[in-house]
Amino acid sequence: MSTTTVFGGEPAFAPEVSAEGPAPKRIVVAFGFWIFLLSDIVMFSALFATFAVLAHATAGGPDGAHLVNQTRVAIETGCLLFSSYTCGLMSMAVGARKTAAVYLGAAVTFVFGAAFLGLEISEFAGLIAKGATPERSAFLSAFFTLVGCHGAHVTAGLLWLAVMMAQVATRGLVPIVERRLACFSLFWHALDIIWVGVFTVVYLMEIRS
Amino acid sequence: MSLYAGERAPGDDLTPVRTREQTLSAFLVYTAGFALAIILTAISFWAANTSLLWPPGVPLGLAVLAIAQMGVHLVFFIHITTGPDNTNNVLALAFGILIVILVMVGSLWIMISLNANMMLPGPPGDLMNLHMQH
Repeated sequence: MSTTTVFGGEPAFAPEVSAEGPAPKRIVVAFGFWIFLLSDIVMFSALFATFAVLAHATAGGPDGAHLVNQTRVAIETGCLLFSSYTCGLMSMAVGARKTAAVYLGAAVTFVFGAAFLGLEISEFAGLIAKGATPERSAFLSAFFTLVGCHGAHVTAGLLWLAVMMAQVATRGLVPIVERRLACFSLFWHALDIIWVGVFTVVYLMEIRS
Repeated sequence: MSLYAGERAPGDDLTPVRTREQTLSAFLVYTAGFALAIILTAISFWAANTSLLWPPGVPLGLAVLAIAQMGVHLVFFIHITTGPDNTNNVLALAFGILIVILVMVGSLWIMISLNANMMLPGPPGDLMNLHMQH
């Protein structure tokens, strides 16, 4: 397969990879960022464990089955998944040095990421209006911590994407910008992986319980 | 696309521009991953709502679908491969998965057995509520 990977360049076939000298900087950078992402995922696993333990500790308040609007969750999931896809297409455009396509991919990624965030904020606002605030029960504290932490990551990702587009505009696709874009797409894809866990554990399993 | 003087770090290299064929195959990889992810997500939402399936088995099925979708994202979007240039990434991922499993399974195991040993009055479903609500 001749695809260029996010992690790095052209596929290496030689068994003597280490004999080629130090790895290119973009591979080292992607590896370091991958370590950060894994540590972030470990932090999320603690939040998932907390949520799973506290999922039934509703203290007489509303439980998950009465709070979840499944249609909204499905739309949110679709938005984030599609923005992850267009983010991949953006890094493909970076590889082909098509600056206009990079802007287009980034714009679509940003719009769908922002749509996801808007839906999540309106969900939170609706819950708080119903009195289902984080201080109501341990279940709701765990819910807002887990889902809110993911939402905070998405917010940071959107800011990062906007900054990257400014850098593409002012500096062009120079190697350092290219590496940062590669890190951004890793970050964005990792957020989608975490969202898979969120919609499964928080929303779908809650409906059943 | 200018290269600013002094902007290159040691070991810095320009990624070779991809050919048309490489770009096309990257597009196919992303699109295949996107299609698979949509299918798995749709099955998850269907399984959570249907009454066709045996209810106690559904959470396990949802967990399997979620793990499968995470695998699809890792392979098609993040491009984790088994190639020699990816060994370090795979090892780090394996360690990450180990820690995630230890944290989640360990927490749930301890808390559930703690609840089971509390011997509080009331129906079994209430035990966790009584224990955990404060």
